[in-house]
Amino acid sequence: MTKHSVTDVIGIPDEGIDKGAEKLTPEKITRVIRKLLDEEGGARLKVYMETCVHCGLCSEACHFYLSNDNDPKFAPAGKVKQTLEHIIKKKGKVSVAFMKRACEVAFTECNLCRRCSMYCPFGIDIAYLMLFVRRICHRLGMVPQYIQDTAHSHSATMNQMWVKEDEWIDTLQWQEDEARDEIPDLRIPLEKPGADVFYSVIGPEPKFRAQLIYQAAVIMHAAGVDWTMPATPGWDNSDMCMYTGDQEMVARLKKVHFEAAMRLKTKRIVMGECGHAFRSVYDVGNRLLGWKMPPLRLMHALEFYYELFRDKKLTVKQKYEVPVTLHDPCNVVRGGGLHEMARHVIGETCTEFIELHPNREHNYCCSAGGGVINCGPPYAKKRVIGNRVKAEQLAAAKAKGAKTIIAPCHNCHGGLEDIVKYYELDMEIKFLGDIIYECIDKGQPED
Amino acid sequence: MTHEIYAFLRGPMVWISLTVFLGGSVYRLASMWRLAKKKDAVIFHYISVFYSLRSLLHWVSPFGSLNMRKNPAMTVIAFIFHVCLIATPVFLSAHVILVKESWDISWWWMPDHMADLLTVIVIGCCLFFAGRRIKRPDVRYLTSVSDYLILAAIAAPFITGLWAYHQWPAFSAMMLLHMASAEILLMMIPFTRLNHMLFFPFTRGYMGSEFGAVKNAKDW
Amino acid sequence: MEYSQWDWDVGKRVIADVNQWRNAFNRVEEPYVSPDGETIAAIVEIEEMVFSVCENGVPWENQFDKIWYLRFGPDNVPSALVSSDAAWTVATAGKPWENQFDFVWNMQFGTDGKYITVAAQSAGEYFAVTNDTPWKQKYPTLNNLTISKDGKNSAAVVQTRPFNSGDIFAFQQGCYSVAVNGKIWDTNFLNLWEMSFSPDGRHLAAEARSTLYDYTIVADGAPWNKTFSSVWKPKFNPIDGSVSAPVKGPGGWTLACNGEALWDKAFLQLWHHQYSADGKTIAAIVVPRFGQWTIAVNGVPWPETFDNLVTDLVFSPDGKRVACSARTQGKWTIAADGRRWKNFFDMAWAPVFSPDSRHVAAKVEKDGRFFIAVDGRVLRQTFSALWEPIFSPDSTKLLIRGIEDEKTGQYCRYVFKLSDLV
Repeated sequence: MTKHSVTDVIGIPDEGIDKGAEKLTPEKITRVIRKLLDEEGGARLKVYMETCVHCGLCSEACHFYLSNDNDPKFAPAGKVKQTLEHIIKKKGKVSVAFMKRACEVAFTECNLCRRCSMYCPFGIDIAYLMLFVRRICHRLGMVPQYIQDTAHSHSATMNQMWVKEDEWIDTLQWQEDEARDEIPDLRIPLEKPGADVFYSVIGPEPKFRAQLIYQAAVIMHAAGVDWTMPATPGWDNSDMCMYTGDQEMVARLKKVHFEAAMRLKTKRIVMGECGHAFRSVYDVGNRLLGWKMPPLRLMHALEFYYELFRDKKLTVKQKYEVPVTLHDPCNVVRGGGLHEMARHVIGETCTEFIELHPNREHNYCCSAGGGVINCGPPYAKKRVIGNRVKAEQLAAAKAKGAKTIIAPCHNCHGGLEDIVKYYELDMEIKFLGDIIYECIDKGQPED
Repeated sequence: MTHEIYAFLRGPMVWISLTVFLGGSVYRLASMWRLAKKKDAVIFHYISVFYSLRSLLHWVSPFGSLNMRKNPAMTVIAFIFHVCLIATPVFLSAHVILVKESWDISWWWMPDHMADLLTVIVIGCCLFFAGRRIKRPDVRYLTSVSDYLILAAIAAPFITGLWAYHQWPAFSAMMLLHMASAEILLMMIPFTRLNHMLFFPFTRGYMGSEFGAVKNAKDW
Repeated sequence: MEYSQWDWDVGKRVIADVNQWRNAFNRVEEPYVSPDGETIAAIVEIEEMVFSVCENGVPWENQFDKIWYLRFGPDNVPSALVSSDAAWTVATAGKPWENQFDFVWNMQFGTDGKYITVAAQSAGEYFAVTNDTPWKQKYPTLNNLTISKDGKNSAAVVQTRPFNSGDIFAFQQGCYSVAVNGKIWDTNFLNLWEMSFSPDGRHLAAEARSTLYDYTIVADGAPWNKTFSSVWKPKFNPIDGSVSAPVKGPGGWTLACNGEALWDKAFLQLWHHQYSADGKTIAAIVVPRFGQWTIAVNGVPWPETFDNLVTDLVFSPDGKRVACSARTQGKWTIAADGRRWKNFFDMAWAPVFSPDSRHVAAKVEKDGRFFIAVDGRVLRQTFSALWEPIFSPDSTKLLIRGIEDEKTGQYCRYVFKLSDLV
């Protein structure tokens, strides 16, 4: 483990923030903030800001606080103090330098994991407050470069990774070809109208982790699921605009996603193992479009796997014998309550399961979520330093024998990989789909 | 002069402070409700009475949440503080008698030595909270002058009341201060962070509803 | 063959036995059916990695390494995207285009089926191809391919200015425009999305974002002089050619025409607006109260709302009636003229009006079986596979295309007299 200095953590240069700030004047800041407060700062914001009694009971909820030696700047309420509290007190009359720091706090020191809402006696939604700060930053044109680039990709391509329309289709066909070597009658059905399941993934899957689509196809095939994927935009359920504060784009992205599923007359949307995408589709985007809940039945992969095992659609040929532990992703556990289903699937597929402590709703965030990992390499070290407690938590499970970490979320995967490497934990990280793929009877032809 | 001040604090000021407290509370709640209807209308669609109560119940039960179990001293002190803070003035014999004299209604009151104890506890808790604000770096970081002033405003009627009751030096002036500080405290509730008394059921209830009804999760 | 000349004789005709195909080929994908019901076709694997399309039991003479996206055109002829030796093109009735590309996708038909357009990529450059004729100009990216009603014109959002990966400030200068039949507008935007051609195909309007925060509608390259916090797909009035679009202002969503409010009412959502054929009536999918979806006709919402979704808005030919499919409390249904059918289904497809506008029919699904429902009454006959119903030109008969029994796999074409059905 290497030592780090404070400059690894605070005041990191970022073109998006620095150049964005160059274009700002205090007058513009005030004007933009006042307009936003007037248009969108309602009772929720007011009550939260006025109700906080500065008790500090949220501090210990935050992995950034715990990992940075209880530095008060990283306490959830401390982040509000450095951002919204001052902004509201000054009615938007804040300096450019202040906004730069506020931007850094909101984008790179908070994963919007909502753990602190479970520690605040009043249930103040600090993630909501940080998102409000991000919304201000978006309106000011001051957003970390990497995540802003991702937001641009969303706007130009309707996916997170600048994947062109043909590249998406080509990737699916390539994965289908690959999978046919293993299972000759396997198919990745594109644009199949009336299929039961509309399967959507996040941009990085076709770009970097195409084998996950392969695995999903094998699982669908083995379980006999009638499924399809679209050959149009709408295949990507991810959403970094949700984290940059560009709500208008969030609505646009989710519309395209939902409408792809509706156009194909599918009965339900099943999403791959991604947490933030689930938050976006299940909880955020639908609301922005006028839906109380998603318009179609929506299932995260965890729930879908659970259903497949519960209904005995999959049979386990050989259980996974390496002792495993489970990292409960914030967005599907605190945000979806899927923790027991995950444990059920692990019970079906693994021989030895060791719990992390804390776990379930109280698990620590991976420190990659909330768009923090998407702010890119400049913040990689900060993010890892800011989650020493995760390393300690994992090390404790490792001491009990756990060798594989199951993380059913893409961002968690990325975050945990960095943590495992930095803290030299030497543990393997897998998706639940990886385990299922390894264990099940795939229905290959007999040799 | 003293008598006139006394009469004022004992008479009109009681009405004024009660009116400001009750009227202010109703105003704050109503205006916030109106603002919510105007700008956050969506939240009303997610409020679930069942999940609000489920969450509230956990958070009004001592050690009902994980964070309370993690901070036992704070939990015990915070609960005792809030109980004593409300119980002492409400069940103090002198207060009950005053009400009885004025409006001819009365209720159970506590023995005076018990009231003494509760008062000392409230003052002690305030000292604890002040100490916590000074000692804990994270709390100190969050604390502004107003937080100390609020603590002082809470402690003041208890200190002055105790002083006056025991007839320590200048107790009659203390009595005036006691009445004045209590009335000020009452009037502060709707307009300072003390309004958490009003908003707690709503903020917690909303979070409970979101976690329970939408996110299928616990929030304690 | 013209729609009026289709076989409208009442009765049932067996067209093909799809199950037999399964014995003949390695693999048979899901079948598609021609609008007139005379042909059923599916992509089949003849032997390992050799594909063709089987039409009524007869495979195309030409075989391919890969085939996807088999669809029938309105002229009852099937086309598909096919690949040989890693080169892609379109094959219509088995005959591939002469031009080949590195990839083709997003195949679209003009209303009479005579014009077929695809998006194409060769050597990393993007363009559209109509009836084997590619655009002369090629672009680094292409999205939102849109064709005119007759299919003769095509447009797409293309990148017009290069920017380096991660250069967010260059992107924010506006690097995209629209290419119409290959030729770009001379204005650039941050983004352009969905577009509509005017009915005559001579004009084009698009959703656009000119800064990160300003959305507007651009018609033939000229943006409206007003911006909004968001907009949805614009449409042309079929009579006067004006452009309207849902726009979001401080009070919510409303409909605007050339930048000015067209409806005096605002909604929490408003999209997929449509003109009646005479241009006098506009209907749209709206959200009058949070979480409650319905249809608004000329700004007046139906009293009946649906809590999951409303989709497939269709006008009757006379423009007097509107129908849609909707999902409420987890179940699908059809609604017409503000009234919901009593029945609930697991799925409902887009409703279909009779030419005389008097009847509404739809394909629906329940418990894994498919049905046809007409004017709220579900026909007794059930199917294991079914396509959308079509009314006869005189509105007295209904063409049903379906496979009754999965085991026999017999695809049949049925013509029923409407009076016998309802």
